[in-house]
Amino acid sequence: MAGEVPNLEASKLTALVVDDNFVNQSVHHKLLDRLGIKNDVVSNGQEAVDVHCSGRNYDLILMDMDMPIMNGIQATRRLREMGIESKIAGVTTRAEEEEVKEFMEAGLNDFQEKPLTISKLVSILHNLELYVQT
Amino acid sequence: MDAHVAQLQMQYRNYILSLYQQGFLDDQFTELKSLQDDGSPDFVAEVLSLFFDDCVKLVGNMARALDQIGTVDFCQVGANVHQLKGSSSSVGAKRVKGLCINFKELCEAKNYEGCVRCLQQVDIEYKTLKAKLQDMFNLEKQIVQAGGIVPQVDIN
Repeated sequence: MAGEVPNLEASKLTALVVDDNFVNQSVHHKLLDRLGIKNDVVSNGQEAVDVHCSGRNYDLILMDMDMPIMNGIQATRRLREMGIESKIAGVTTRAEEEEVKEFMEAGLNDFQEKPLTISKLVSILHNLELYVQT
Repeated sequence: MDAHVAQLQMQYRNYILSLYQQGFLDDQFTELKSLQDDGSPDFVAEVLSLFFDDCVKLVGNMARALDQIGTVDFCQVGANVHQLKGSSSSVGAKRVKGLCINFKELCEAKNYEGCVRCLQQVDIEYKTLKAKLQDMFNLEKQIVQAGGIVPQVDIN
């Protein structure tokens, strides 16, 4: 896969970036753009919940763990309670086993340690069967 | 090829390599550069600008928290360190990220003097990186103005 960046524009996948850090927002947005995945960005878990309450839906949610107002664990739980079946991938710098376990148990489908790269993002898409190599 | 352009390009390559060799940058910076394209020609500069704004804000927060001598909220300091670790990691600011890892441990140990010293190091380190990257951008500008193309640098 080295050097190969799949173009998923034709797949019409959509994603939501949930992260309070502007640097990470910018990088994650660009990574998804590079793969041809249309994406929105929100700054905390509450905004992620609100955007779904407004009727938006996404194929993939990239969820940070530590955020003000509502963190990633709380937001993931809330979205699952709301019946949101989107694939949710936790993306965080925290990698202690207990922390990852708690995050996964909140309802994640996958987890990747930051910093996010194209290859980690492609790995998420493969793991979640959102991208099938032709 | 114009000799002046070739010389500038060589200077640029060596400078970039030195930034990696001296530990200022890591692979994530390479990833960032690879995301820059014709559609977003200033992507790296824009993200770095956000990062250095973040540094100013977070270092300020930490300094204010550590100024509360006797009642320092080490959890608050730690939360800011965590934020800085996240953003430095996302741009490939290797030394800043490394300092944040130590800093976090010092916060957990409630080591006041250690935290103060570490914050001073973080302050110096991000400002040093900022200056070095500004030099990098200046070299890129010189190459373009001389009619050349900024070379891709293979750091492996």
